[in-house]
Amino acid sequence: MSESSRDRTKCELTFTVNGKSEIVRAHPMERLLDLLRHELGLTGTKEGCGEGECGSCSVLIDGLLVNSCLIPVLQADGASIVTIEGLAPDGRLQNLQQAFLECGAAQCGICTPGMILAAHYLLDKKPQPTLEEIREGLSGNLCRCTGYMQIIEAVAEAGRRGAAT
Amino acid sequence: MKNNPIVGASVPRLEGPGKVTGQARYVDDMVLPDMLYGATVRSRIPRGQIKKITFGQEIHWNEFVIVTSKDIPGTNCIALIEDDQPCLADGIVNHPEEPVLLLAHPDRHLLAKAADAVTLEYDPLPALFTMEESESLSQIIWGSDNTFKSYLIEKGDVDAAFESADHIVEGEYTTGAQEQLYIENNGMIAAFDPQHGLTVWGSLQCPYYVHKALMKLFGFPADRVRVVQMETGGAFGGKEEYPSMIAAHAALLAMKSGKPVKIIYDRMEDMTATTKRHPSRTRHRTAVSKDGKILGGEIDFTLDGGAYKTLSPVVLSRGAIHAGGAYYWPSVRIRAKAVATNAPPHGAFRGFGAPQSLFALERHMDRIAQVVGLSPVEIRRHNFLQPGQTTTTGQTINEEIDLPKLLDRALELSDYHAKKEKFSQEIQQGNIKKGIGIAAFLHGAGFTGSGERYLGSIVGVEACADGRVRILVSSTEFGQGTNTVLCQIAAEALGLRYEDVGIAQPDTQEVPNSGPTVASRTVMVVGKLVQSAAAGIRKTLTAAGMLSDSYSPEEFRAACSSYVAKHGQFRSFAQYEQPDDIVWDEEKYRGSAYAAFAWAVYVAEVAVDLATYSVTVEDFVALQEVGKVLHPVLAKGQIIGGVAQAIGFALYEKVIWEQGRMQNGQMTNYIMPTSADLPSIRVYFEELGNAHGAYGAKGIGELPMDGPAPAIVNAVEDALHVPFNSIPLLPEDIFDALAESAQVENALPAARGRQ
Repeated sequence: MSESSRDRTKCELTFTVNGKSEIVRAHPMERLLDLLRHELGLTGTKEGCGEGECGSCSVLIDGLLVNSCLIPVLQADGASIVTIEGLAPDGRLQNLQQAFLECGAAQCGICTPGMILAAHYLLDKKPQPTLEEIREGLSGNLCRCTGYMQIIEAVAEAGRRGAAT
Repeated sequence: MKNNPIVGASVPRLEGPGKVTGQARYVDDMVLPDMLYGATVRSRIPRGQIKKITFGQEIHWNEFVIVTSKDIPGTNCIALIEDDQPCLADGIVNHPEEPVLLLAHPDRHLLAKAADAVTLEYDPLPALFTMEESESLSQIIWGSDNTFKSYLIEKGDVDAAFESADHIVEGEYTTGAQEQLYIENNGMIAAFDPQHGLTVWGSLQCPYYVHKALMKLFGFPADRVRVVQMETGGAFGGKEEYPSMIAAHAALLAMKSGKPVKIIYDRMEDMTATTKRHPSRTRHRTAVSKDGKILGGEIDFTLDGGAYKTLSPVVLSRGAIHAGGAYYWPSVRIRAKAVATNAPPHGAFRGFGAPQSLFALERHMDRIAQVVGLSPVEIRRHNFLQPGQTTTTGQTINEEIDLPKLLDRALELSDYHAKKEKFSQEIQQGNIKKGIGIAAFLHGAGFTGSGERYLGSIVGVEACADGRVRILVSSTEFGQGTNTVLCQIAAEALGLRYEDVGIAQPDTQEVPNSGPTVASRTVMVVGKLVQSAAAGIRKTLTAAGMLSDSYSPEEFRAACSSYVAKHGQFRSFAQYEQPDDIVWDEEKYRGSAYAAFAWAVYVAEVAVDLATYSVTVEDFVALQEVGKVLHPVLAKGQIIGGVAQAIGFALYEKVIWEQGRMQNGQMTNYIMPTSADLPSIRVYFEELGNAHGAYGAKGIGELPMDGPAPAIVNAVEDALHVPFNSIPLLPEDIFDALAESAQVENALPAARGRQ
């Protein structure tokens, strides 16, 4: 298939990303992950496995935590999407991000955006989660560096400080 | 001058803000104008002669850039220790997934289909898949005897030890391949410019390894190759040598197309085609006195190296030297060899041979304890190395390490004795059986033997006119905290604030070769050089009369400003010189193998569920002596992360091989621990200092990989009273062993005294 014939299969999609309206032309089955990274330049969302196992590509769609590698863009039409870039838009770190820094929760950093979104989602539902709830809530996000403990500590700390402020 | 020491404080991670906001730039986040995407066509068979390459008709091949080995301008190899690994197979393939041909296209969506449309036809050759097959020499697949390297370490009179022994204890232990599983897959971008040469940007540990490989492949002088490390999303050894291959491929495509080329592996390609931890087999035969003293031993340590030599000789060396562990061997004979099989080459992974040989030893110590009739604690206490004694290579322990005391503290922290008692007395009815196990071990930091002397690492520290200080090293950050700790060291040495110091991006055009970021050497060896290069800045300014002995950051800034105005660029360099007391005989494999050892005692508590046969680690105590903790949060993170990987190595992570190819190259079917699988890992440090390390630090990156697997398997034996000598230890292995042991008991009810 040449470039031009591929273009003909594109459709127009409208959604909000980090509060900003976007209208893009994309193949309906293109992965949301690719659209965010390649079309919108939001490279904070990472690809680790491409099959929904590692959680590095986690984003929020209408408030739900999803793996953007498993979402065809058509499914995001009309939705409101939040990526890591949407959490500290003015450069001021959220308590959660600050806690990640202080507790040593980010080592190589590749799982960090997805991990922070998963933690953000958890804290949204349970502002003061127990350690067990944190372990469970982050179990869809793989980290190879930390052994998770300092991440769990950071999320608990953010809960104590009030995460979404 | 500042008051509080920076070294020893948990300062903010230098590149942390970029990582928590998604702004950190990894290679796949970088796009160059007019960039093409590259893909690799790989062999599907383990060994054979390529007869024919056919390009399917359904693809518009004129849109693609195609590279074969014929396009290589220099030598077709990935230069490393011995140049036996081709960059692209030329006629013969020696393992599945061996690169044969490269493709590039502007639309990355078209690549997979095109790669599939390339058909390779072969004349297959017989292949070897196990160490035993390789040793049988039924086929010669490498050199004259399928052996990449062998070592012999000898100490004392081993034969006499066996003659006088009260017990001779034998055992065989094996470990499987393990995937590094950094979450960022391998990736590289290359650009070629006829005037300046090649530039590659990538996810990598060792910029100068890639540099060396590209020089040889292209026949270029050093100044026509530039290698830049991007933010790297985990490595663990897995990005030590293979990035040279990917850089080579991207560079060949870039040169042929005249455009920048990006190659990003997907997870399956990364898992099936790139390196893993070497599978191992260790055989112990140990002469022991009736009171539990080791008199001597024979240790045969064998690694499966895969199809090419790559790093196997040095992995083997570290494994062999660590095979005697933290114990005193009056006599020992260690025979080590790395053999060839038709699998992708195995390579560097945190621990580098030591986790394999130490798994064997620490399981074997429990076996010796049983034979002699001592507890696992007492057998270790009786045999620990003491200051003044020598290791298996004859290295004298010159520091005041008190291993019995370290052991006692670990036992106390883990409440070992009470738990041991409780687990053995409790009638463990129901489906959960608990056990507790220990491992005591050491890990040598830095390159082995004369390795650091050969490397001759150089580091630079630059003082800029605005008073800012910049560290110039090729040492890379990939999560461990290199940037942060090296900046702490320079700030401390210069009496500046942590914020006043930065570090250059590793770029071979900008930074000297401070050696590879491997072998737990960065803080200890490179850090020490940073310390002395920083001291050089201070000395120069003081000698020039621009700075007094005591100064404020403002006075330092003024001095730098005047110095730069007068003399221009202001840089101080330091090069590694081997201390006089480190002497190594490469021929006899005797002497000081490492400038420093870190020491540790780990205790694991496990629960085995007899309904599912799964093992859960319920508590884990990691106590280690590390010289000096330079950054408590980062140091703790290194230990916890290493223990977590080692729990995976012990209990979860199994590579399924078929015809030399990994069959489970996905995160769905190769299982690493999640946050729900791990216990609380309790980390404790002791600090004895180290004359050879920056501010007394020893290397700690690899240490935590060594001990957990044997501690856990020792605990499983404690729970079930059935020995397990192979890892990974999966539920099905436990099921099989219990079924077998039940059969034995049913057949011979009186033969064993198991409760």
